[in-house]
Amino acid sequence: MSESIILSVNGMQYPVTIDQGRNLLSVIRGEVGLTGTKEGCDDCECGACMVLLDGQPVNSCSYLALQAQGREITTVEGVLNGDAMHPLQRNLLEAGGVQCGFCTPGMIMSATALLQRTPAPTEEEVRVGLSGNLCRCTGYTKIVEAVQRTAAELQGS
Amino acid sequence: MSFTIARTVEDALAAIAAGARPIAGGTDLVVGARHGKAALPADLVAIDRIAGLDDITAGSAGLTLGANASHHAIEHHPVVAGSYSALADGSALVGSPATRHVGTIGGNVMNASPAMDTGAGLVVLGAEVELRSLHGTRRVPISELWSGPGRTIAQPEELCVAVHLPQPAANSGSAYLRLEYRRAMEIAVVGAAANVTLAADGTVAAVQVALSAVGPTIVSVMGLDTLVGSSVADAAEAAAAAASAQATPISDVRASDRYRRHTVGVMARRAVETAARRAAGETIAIPVNRTLGIGAAS
Ligand SMILES: Cc1cc2nc3c(=O)[nH]c(=O)nc-3n(C[C@H](O)[C@H](O)[C@H](O)COP(=O)(O)OP(=O)(O)OC[C@H]3O[C@@H](n4cnc5c(N)ncnc54)[C@H](O)[C@@H]3O)c2cc1C
Repeated sequence: MSESIILSVNGMQYPVTIDQGRNLLSVIRGEVGLTGTKEGCDDCECGACMVLLDGQPVNSCSYLALQAQGREITTVEGVLNGDAMHPLQRNLLEAGGVQCGFCTPGMIMSATALLQRTPAPTEEEVRVGLSGNLCRCTGYTKIVEAVQRTAAELQGS
Repeated sequence: MSFTIARTVEDALAAIAAGARPIAGGTDLVVGARHGKAALPADLVAIDRIAGLDDITAGSAGLTLGANASHHAIEHHPVVAGSYSALADGSALVGSPATRHVGTIGGNVMNASPAMDTGAGLVVLGAEVELRSLHGTRRVPISELWSGPGRTIAQPEELCVAVHLPQPAANSGSAYLRLEYRRAMEIAVVGAAANVTLAADGTVAAVQVALSAVGPTIVSVMGLDTLVGSSVADAAEAAAAAASAQATPISDVRASDRYRRHTVGVMARRAVETAARRAAGETIAIPVNRTLGIGAAS
């Protein structure tokens, strides 16, 4: 049975009609039309599908879209400052924390949530904060560095 | 097929009395359905919007966790971390930050996995689960809740509304740790929790130990009363031997039964030692696993 609901994504309201079992990821990509959020393992292990729900990280591959109604969903498209990159995006590029880039949107969402709650994280805290996000290219070192650089920048500003 | 969002416990109780299954974070229910373990129930009632059901209340009578308290909230609650450390150690190990934000204590205990990470801590801390239906409320000691892997004694129309823990004894401390092959996103190979009370002379006044992933449900280790009056080191050795003897592990892709039987003793010994250090007033960061460097070195 399908239901018509409104999802709030990056501050915009999207009316969607979806089946009860649909996961949030497929609705964000297929109905809302924002494809920055990726499907990796489809099993909560890799974090490519990470979005924020009321500011907290959620694996959208395994979260029912119906359960997200009335909550604010933030995807990687929502972290831009107008047309400018978010400092996390710029630092990931500058530090070499992006190679194939598939994990990057999920990394950015987890890092955004981490920096909200812990503005000056230690390396260990960054690693714990990103522990639900797999990267097969970089070896993580440069991703951790990019998050720490961003924290320092945001603290300084 | 239906999906409703309950705003009150009464709404939720009415929906489950009519046959709906509660869904809190969905990290077991939805993920299990996607694995084909069990189809997603046709009728669901979301309980995650019920006001106050995620409250954590600490007082002189003890601690009450609303069923929707998240692992993240439990891990970071100062009273839980300080006085109910074994529970905080367990919640801090669950999945990733996303799993800990979405996953709840109610979902963890009602899902009844023998490898669950809060169960052994809740057992040694003497927790009770509050179950409610349209017909009333009852409290069940947590060790009597689980009847097998994925099974509880709760009736289908009962909702877990809270988990209650008594005030810990003076000069007591607790810890939970698990054997893992890597330091995040793991399932316990085996796990052990201990709650230790020390006498004024530093000997053991009371000790409880419980084990995860070595039986169909969380295992309470029996026969530890005889350790009263012994040194912490002797109690830790004896608890290790009892844990290995009383475990009934299976072999699977993660470990053989013999390996589990051996390592659960090691975890029990380390849990008793850590709990005793906490009982003596030492601060050991949550989760103990990371502090002790269990899992692959970083
Ligand atoms: C990637 C990943 C990693 C994980 N890692 C761990 C781990 O390390 N350790 C661990 O212990 N677990 C782990 N889990 C399992 C899971 O996250 C936890 O068990 C979590 O606490 C479940 O809570 P939930 O709110 O998501 O439950 P749900 O999935 O919403 O519910 C689980 C079950 O309990 C029932 N239920 C939920 N709430 C209630 C209630 N109040 N009353 C009655 N019934 C209820 C539901 O009907 C369902 O049957 C992991 C899961 C994932 C996806």
